[in-house]
Amino acid sequence: MEARVSDMHRRQRGRNWALFGVLAALVVLFYLLTIVRFGGTLS
Amino acid sequence: MAEQRIATPSELAPVASAGDFFALLKPRVMSLVIFTGLAGIIAAPGHIHPTIAFIALVCIAVGAGAAGALNMWYERDIDALMERTRDRPLPAGRMEPGAALGFGAVLAVGSVSLMALGVNWVAAALLALTILFYVFVYTIWLKPRTPQNIVIGGAAGALAPAVGWAAVTGGIDAGALALFLIVFMWTPPHFWALALYKRGEYDRAGIPMLPVVAGERETRKQILIYTVLLAPVAISPWALGFAGTLYGAVAAFLSALFIAGAWRVWIDAREVAARRLFAFSIAYLFVLFLALIVDRLAGFAA
Repeated sequence: MEARVSDMHRRQRGRNWALFGVLAALVVLFYLLTIVRFGGTLS
Repeated sequence: MAEQRIATPSELAPVASAGDFFALLKPRVMSLVIFTGLAGIIAAPGHIHPTIAFIALVCIAVGAGAAGALNMWYERDIDALMERTRDRPLPAGRMEPGAALGFGAVLAVGSVSLMALGVNWVAAALLALTILFYVFVYTIWLKPRTPQNIVIGGAAGALAPAVGWAAVTGGIDAGALALFLIVFMWTPPHFWALALYKRGEYDRAGIPMLPVVAGERETRKQILIYTVLLAPVAISPWALGFAGTLYGAVAAFLSALFIAGAWRVWIDAREVAARRLFAFSIAYLFVLFLALIVDRLAGFAA
């Protein structure tokens, strides 16, 4: 049972890191999008 | 006071891994969609900022993945019956159906919204149409009912290069239509070659694929007909003038090989001929669109 709980935690941790990666990528993507779309009007 | 009890791990809902969620996106199908979408972006006349092109490609990829996830959610019972699909996260019991449904829905709405905000509304509308068509028209309506399922349903996959094209031009014209028709006409011989040697599995799952309903002989004939019809469609980008001689020569050569392979399947009833044609059909589409990309980048077009 302990091995099963440990496996669950491992998978949960993997998901958390994957979600962090996706959110970080989205932040970069929206930053770049803003620069490209509105860069000319903001400067 | 009611006694409270902590659930044991075996009673808890399964915790799907990040890899399981990734598998829901049908990464192999997605790779072909990304590639044809990229070809649509590069082949389209006009200019697009590389960042916007990248965002368009991400939206196409995520939209295709969302459609794949929603397809797996709906077909989880059928998938459990087929050897090819029974190890997918849902039939294998590694994920709750609701998690797959929510994942697919969020990605679908997210990809279309980002396409609309970051690229343009025409590309976003086409992407939404692609996802809705794949889920509702193909998966839910046609697939369990008619052997023509992949003929009409193939329109969903065929829209990817048109979405890429629309991301650049902001519209749909003859060029976008030609790229759409190439994938549309390619889809039936591709899937029917697979269905020829997976007939038993489709039969057990109750999916009316052409070999199950009309027999192998009729399927071989239809493969040959569609492959012959595909040839002029594949060459049309050169004939229409938005692809050059390099693409035209590659399209003619590959189409001749595809017809030869389909002819082999027509006269040779062994499984190996169908397997070879299926493998070739994947290479056909990759090389054809690669030729389109190279042709455009190298400036072979008039």
